[in-house]
Amino acid sequence: MSVLEIRDLHVSVGEGDDAKEILRGVDLTVRSGETHAIMGPNGSGKSTLAYSIAGHPKYTITGGSVTLDGEDVLAMSVDERARAGLFLAMQYPVEVPGVSVSNFLRTAATAIKGEAPKLRTWVKDVKSEMEALEMDPAFAERNVNEGFSGGEKKRHEILQMRLLKPGIAILDETDSGLDVDALRIVSEGVNRTREEGDVGVLLITHYTRILRYIKPDFVHVFVGGRIAEEGGPELAEKLENEGYAAYAKGSGETAA
Amino acid sequence: MPDQNAPTTTGLTTESATLAGELFGDGVGTQAGPPAVPAAGTGTAGQAAPGAHSHGGATPTGSPAERFTSIDPDAFGVPTGREETWRFTPMKRLRPLLDGAPSDAHLTWTTDLPEGVELTSVEVGDPLLKGLPEPVDRLAALARQRSGGAAVVRVAKEAQLGRPVTLGLAGSGSEDVVWGHLVIEVGAFAKATIVLDHSGLARYAGGVSVLVGDSAQVKLVSVQDWAPGAVHGGQYDAVVGRDATFTQVVVTLGGDLVRLVSNVQYAGPGGSAELFGVYFSDETQHQEHRLWVDHAVPNCSSDVLYKGALQGEGARTVWIGDVRIRPAATGTETYELNRNLVLTDGARADSVPNLEIETGEIVGAGHASATGRFDDEQLFYLCSRGIEAETARRLVVRGFFADVVQRIGLDALQDRLMAAIDERLGALPALDEQPVEVS
Ligand SMILES: Nc1ncnc2c1ncn2[C@@H]1O[C@H](COP(=O)(O)OP(=O)(O)OP(=O)(O)O)[C@@H](O)[C@H]1O
Ligand SMILES: [Mg+2]
Repeated sequence: MSVLEIRDLHVSVGEGDDAKEILRGVDLTVRSGETHAIMGPNGSGKSTLAYSIAGHPKYTITGGSVTLDGEDVLAMSVDERARAGLFLAMQYPVEVPGVSVSNFLRTAATAIKGEAPKLRTWVKDVKSEMEALEMDPAFAERNVNEGFSGGEKKRHEILQMRLLKPGIAILDETDSGLDVDALRIVSEGVNRTREEGDVGVLLITHYTRILRYIKPDFVHVFVGGRIAEEGGPELAEKLENEGYAAYAKGSGETAA
Repeated sequence: MPDQNAPTTTGLTTESATLAGELFGDGVGTQAGPPAVPAAGTGTAGQAAPGAHSHGGATPTGSPAERFTSIDPDAFGVPTGREETWRFTPMKRLRPLLDGAPSDAHLTWTTDLPEGVELTSVEVGDPLLKGLPEPVDRLAALARQRSGGAAVVRVAKEAQLGRPVTLGLAGSGSEDVVWGHLVIEVGAFAKATIVLDHSGLARYAGGVSVLVGDSAQVKLVSVQDWAPGAVHGGQYDAVVGRDATFTQVVVTLGGDLVRLVSNVQYAGPGGSAELFGVYFSDETQHQEHRLWVDHAVPNCSSDVLYKGALQGEGARTVWIGDVRIRPAATGTETYELNRNLVLTDGARADSVPNLEIETGEIVGAGHASATGRFDDEQLFYLCSRGIEAETARRLVVRGFFADVVQRIGLDALQDRLMAAIDERLGALPALDEQPVEVS
């Protein structure tokens, strides 16, 4: 059972005179077993929220708090956050030349579990998860994300989530760049994780199409660096029909 | 990578600084000049602003219209160190190789010759030697002259070697300069891999001439795994036959000073050359790699990828990549990339790609060079999967090298080289002193 609590989070990018506030007071609680969808227009700060929780060095926390089961996430290093149970499937996964997927996955699993997984079961697990995500086994020998298509990178992110079994998974636009088949395959991967365990999911997306496969319990509208409205799945449908125009002007006033 | 260079009206594209920006994160010097404009990039630890190392178009190109060559050492004069080709080189440490005192010191050869390969020698004046590309500097001319003849590795035409030709060349610690010349002649349609494995302590000036027959596929691996204190200067020439493929992989790890000049020319259309290199300079090591690819016939390609890492006070690397596309070389496709990873303060990497294009009818041409610290994005990605910063850095540096070492295609050698690199990385105190900063 995990609880991620974000309180009045303020985050800026850039330094000195160039510093620019991107997150302007975000409040959000994600519990195990819950799926939250965050929807918002381009540039509203969705990735900033995801990266700030994961600890990307580019972002400066200027106020507020993030805790996981009461522990101060912001005081942890990037790797400590992952070992505490946080996982971020990135919008733009990074290429790491010369590091094979299999070496990377095993190193990560060893770090998360605190000991090297038994080789035989590990190889079997990786194989079956790759099969379920319809990834060619040849990917295991390729370098991390190098030359992967957009869709292949996203499958690789979900493969990692499957193998690392986080308590809280943040999926930043995992649906973008996927064709219909890939979207279904990736969504099924996420749903398997939801069914198997006590994961809390924070699903960041532009579009409602992924919500046809992954049913959210809560929908948050993210505009201008904060949550402008919250509701159930019905809110997603409203956004689908009406877009974000209603929030564009008075993003501050409609905050929940 | 060349296929990313979509042809424009002139058939010419070049990677902009964007490429370099992709290669390294913030706080990294990047440099990529437009084609046909000489550019220079120099990265030293601690310089931060992107583009801070670009010297624009005012730098001398190092590529005169015609490169002077001669078999007579005196035709070059004795370099002072101010010449364009010597300006990066620590002349004092190289001096014995330029003084040219005759000697009969030699390296100890350990050879593994698969079936279809003959190892012989030829005397001075042999017609084979007359037809070879000539030396481009005094050091190479001295090596040619003083070695008096050459060792010759012959691969019969159409031979498909079952295993690589390996020449272990070990220095025995002599103060005297070892002068050497090796000719590798590979017949038409043959397929061969040749490994030159340098080790031990020596002062060595060695020329290597590779004649790649029509449609042959030749891979030449040159490993500089010298003991500390070794000095190695040499010129590698490849003459690539019609529709032939030549791949060179240069791995420079050891020695005090290594300065290698690799030239490629094409004897007929349809040839392809890949020049890969990896170097790792520790405290006080000077490693210099100078490439010159001369496209003078149509429809040939060249692909250059050199990656280097530097650590420790006084670590120094130089990479010069000259590519010339002459008017007759229509349909040329060329791309060159040099990346340098500066691991600690006090190290300096020079990187000068240079592309001269004399015909518009080419498939593509580009170059890029980037010198910088660790890629923060790569480190973040690995750490975000629970991997400790220290392990992540090792993975990134290891991967940086493996990217090139993998292209050797010989598992046992690759494992040995990666183990040697791992050992060097193990002695990387500065890695511990560079925590990933988290807000
Ligand atoms: N280094 C930076 N300097 C200035 N502004 C920045 C910097 N990095 C990000 N931003 C700005 O922060 C804002 C939020 O970006 P973010 O990536 O979080 O948006 P997003 O909601 O994820 O958008 P998208 O839907 O396009 O993925 C954008 O306006 C972006 O331009
Ligand atoms: Mg985003």
